[in-house]
Amino acid sequence: MSIFEYNGCALVAMVGKNCFAIASDRRLGVQLQTIATDFQKIYKIHEKLFIGLSGLATDAQTLYQRLVFRHKLYELREERDMKPETFASLVSALLYEKRELAKDFVVAGTASESLYGACESMFKPDMEPEELFETISQALLSSVDRDCLSGWGGHVYVVTPTEVTERILKGRMD
Amino acid sequence: MESVFGLVGKDFAIVAADSSAVHSILVHKTNEDKIMLLDSHKLMGASGETGDRAQFTEYIQKNVALYQFRNGIPLTTAAAANFTRGELATALRKNPYMVNIIMAGHDKDVGPSLYFIDYIASLHKLDKAAFGYGSYFALSMMDRHYRKDMTVEEAIDLVDKVIMEIRSRLVVAPPNFVIKIVDKDGAREYAWRESIKDAPVPAV
Repeated sequence: MSIFEYNGCALVAMVGKNCFAIASDRRLGVQLQTIATDFQKIYKIHEKLFIGLSGLATDAQTLYQRLVFRHKLYELREERDMKPETFASLVSALLYEKRELAKDFVVAGTASESLYGACESMFKPDMEPEELFETISQALLSSVDRDCLSGWGGHVYVVTPTEVTERILKGRMD
Repeated sequence: MESVFGLVGKDFAIVAADSSAVHSILVHKTNEDKIMLLDSHKLMGASGETGDRAQFTEYIQKNVALYQFRNGIPLTTAAAANFTRGELATALRKNPYMVNIIMAGHDKDVGPSLYFIDYIASLHKLDKAAFGYGSYFALSMMDRHYRKDMTVEEAIDLVDKVIMEIRSRLVVAPPNFVIKIVDKDGAREYAWRESIKDAPVPAV
């Protein structure tokens, strides 16, 4: 089994009208066994910056700790938060990858193929926050129901210029 | 394969582990203590490769003590768990420790807590956790019978149910278990559940 499929994960993020939403499933597994149903995969870097990390849970935790460390140092030096584009460069430098800025949605994890299909069919540009929340939730839940390694609920953050709403989704618990 | 499991109760946490030390088909001893007392209010149950288990848990125990000597106050359970995860993560891509850990502790402000740390350094705070082949039975039994805020009697009853299940359903079931508890009064051994006692060695 690939190390990306060891713990199981589903991540999706979408852009709306002056807002964005990022959602993940909540399962932590060790191959076929489920260890926890409240595992956090989306981390807050600052008020307007969230990062979802899929793949091997230990590496996601290590990477998150390194990123927070770098961001805190940046905050101390610059006396401001990092811009998302800057942070994306930081992440891609850490991962030796060329990053691509998507204008509609991005997906990751063991359920990524289902997520691509669900998002492609459900997504519309310039959705308001409430509609964006509905769309991303439906896309997430329908995709994880087809993936045995992810699921056990959902975690959705919707971020607008004025507020951040965090919601837990109740999905199929199996 | 070694079974370790633990759960959190009303104001305490319990960790139980089997106590057989096995090498291939040979059982070296049946009273091996796999749950280490890290300090006055922390327990660390570990399963995995014998040498790694003994060495790594001792390493963590001594570092926890060192922190207390240097700083005059003990580490919190969360801090100790994160430190342990850090050590496992650093070693992971050089010389990994093949040790799975269930860490339980009691802090004055937070109360009891239990941390699951597997050998590839995935850390998660949980109310109930288990490792090993016994985990298939332990997790199912605990999913069925566990409730939040159980008393010590109810929790020990659940632990005994789990041990019964492991003994009856696992083909290479370990005969003996040790149970340790940590609460506001500290970490200590609670009981042994022995179905086979080692033959006493006569004095020469």
